Amino acid sequence: MSDPILQLTGVRKAFAVGTPAEVEVLHGLDLTLDSGDFAALVGPSGSGKSTLLNIIGLLDRPTAGELHLLGQPTRELSDADRTALRNRAIGFVFQFHHLIPAFNVLDNVLMPLMIRDGKPGGAEIDRARALLAEVGLGGSELKKPSQISGGQQQRVAIARALVTEPALLLADEPTGNLDTRTAETVFALLQRFNDEFGCAVLVVTHDPRLAASCRRTIELVDGQIVGDQLTTNSTPRRHRP
Amino acid sequence: MRLFDSLWIEWRIALRFLLDSRLQTALIIVGIAVGSAVVVFITALVNGLQDNLIDRTLGTQAHVRVLPPDEVNQIVREPGVITLVLDTPREQPLRSIINWQAVLATLDQQADIRAVSPLISGPALARRGQARASVALIGIVPERYERIISVSDDLIAGEFRVEAGYAVIGTELARELGLGIGDKLRIDAGVERQAVVRVTGIFELGVRELDSRYVYLDLKQVQTLLDLPGGVTQIDLAIDKIFEASRVSERLTRLTGLEAESWMEKNRELLNALESQTLSTQIVRLFVAISVAFGIASVMAVSVVQRTREIGILRAMGSPRQQILRIFLLQGGLVGLTGSSIGGAIGLGLVVVFNEFGPGLFYIPLDFSLLPSAVAIATLTGILSAALPARRGATYDPAVAIRYV
Repeated sequence: MSDPILQLTGVRKAFAVGTPAEVEVLHGLDLTLDSGDFAALVGPSGSGKSTLLNIIGLLDRPTAGELHLLGQPTRELSDADRTALRNRAIGFVFQFHHLIPAFNVLDNVLMPLMIRDGKPGGAEIDRARALLAEVGLGGSELKKPSQISGGQQQRVAIARALVTEPALLLADEPTGNLDTRTAETVFALLQRFNDEFGCAVLVVTHDPRLAASCRRTIELVDGQIVGDQLTTNSTPRRHRP
Repeated sequence: MRLFDSLWIEWRIALRFLLDSRLQTALIIVGIAVGSAVVVFITALVNGLQDNLIDRTLGTQAHVRVLPPDEVNQIVREPGVITLVLDTPREQPLRSIINWQAVLATLDQQADIRAVSPLISGPALARRGQARASVALIGIVPERYERIISVSDDLIAGEFRVEAGYAVIGTELARELGLGIGDKLRIDAGVERQAVVRVTGIFELGVRELDSRYVYLDLKQVQTLLDLPGGVTQIDLAIDKIFEASRVSERLTRLTGLEAESWMEKNRELLNALESQTLSTQIVRLFVAISVAFGIASVMAVSVVQRTREIGILRAMGSPRQQILRIFLLQGGLVGLTGSSIGGAIGLGLVVVFNEFGPGLFYIPLDFSLLPSAVAIATLTGILSAALPARRGATYDPAVAIRYV
């Protein structure tokens, strides 16, 4: 068995450290995600889900503990190295799509590649087009984000998150402001890419139905993992060859 | 273009952001354009005015004059003896530059001297019938003198023909003595030193003093009239870089042991006026630049705040801080470049309008060399003014910025 994609050991996060208002949000978390994992992160508001996701996404640093991404310790990395690792290894999907309105759909999908390598080559453009076709937006490459619906925007965001072929896809309430049907489509896409590319997916969600369709459910309450189980009714997971 | 290639995405994002907030971009570009237009126009105006003044001043005088040194009393002091001396200043009679042919040959060989003209000048009376006028006789070698002050350009009658027995006089003198081309003029430079010459040309240099006093004659004839056979009292020089004149004259003083005097020393007041004019132009330019810089900085600060969420997205997708910084610096540079290019063109347009429809006192040359420096300064100002907002944007916490609404 290969190294886990992500490994958290004793991760703590406190805010306003050193002031009277100091508050610890995460109390020493241990968590491992393997390649091919499709996990839901659930928990009530204020349980620290977003904070944990920021830490896993290298957007924030833990106060204590270590985070290994692709086997690499990240605690001592400089901001520039963390940024580069984030670009290479992690894809983000946010609740509010977060496309860049000034760019068209295709450019938004290509953006992670362009900020890394500059002008995209033909192969990269082909990959972005193929991804857009897969999320069902084959003809919308040149539209601006404002010209397509919320569900379509979220699918563009998924294509963008996958264009770098990340090892880990992080989704923060990806269906949070979509209607049920659209939400299901988006969720199905995440599942499909998890199957096809074998990238680990971690989804923060409030929706128990969606959580139930994940193969693994991690429950966070008050900054502690209180449950981590394989969902019984899900299909058996396939490993990358 | 390597710069364009290596910063491809930065250029792209910067341009997109600028085009996306069109009104904001247009406003700041107009602001920069107005500022640059004012600077370019004022600079062209003042440069034109100053060139004009200098041209007029130097049109009637040499850049450097070489003169024989003043005569002074040499007092011999014996050591240990107290001597009481009554030192009266010596009179300064008209005298020749000693060994002026050798000095002339030396000056002819100086690389920075464009023209050398030996001349002899001294006072005399001009008479015609009952009328008399005090004049300055200027004995010249015409072909050499013309390269210093081109009198033939200022002739209003006749020709610039200066040889034995012929004279070229000023328009005021011609009027006073009622002289026309071909008329005879009696020159009286002292006892037994008189001559009658024929007027061949009448000039108008535009300076009353010169137009009423100068009488150009042949060098040898004036030498005879002033009783300085074979002598010259002064050597006029023209040089290539007129503002080097005082340095050239200092050098020539050391080189020849004679007295060298530049136009800059003779025209202190003019130069002072020009300098303070230049200074005030620079102050105007500085303040325009400062207000443009503040304009750019404030627009960029607003832009950075407006783009907070996009900065967060870019950072989350793995855009390094330096990249965010460059995106906003480029925007500052781009508005500076565009605004000043437009403004520079407008400024030069104003120069054309001034020349066409202005008071017409003088002509402002259309100086395209102002444009590159104006554009370069404005672009640099744009980049520098964007620096502070850009730094703020680059240091945004991506986790916070991305949730900014």
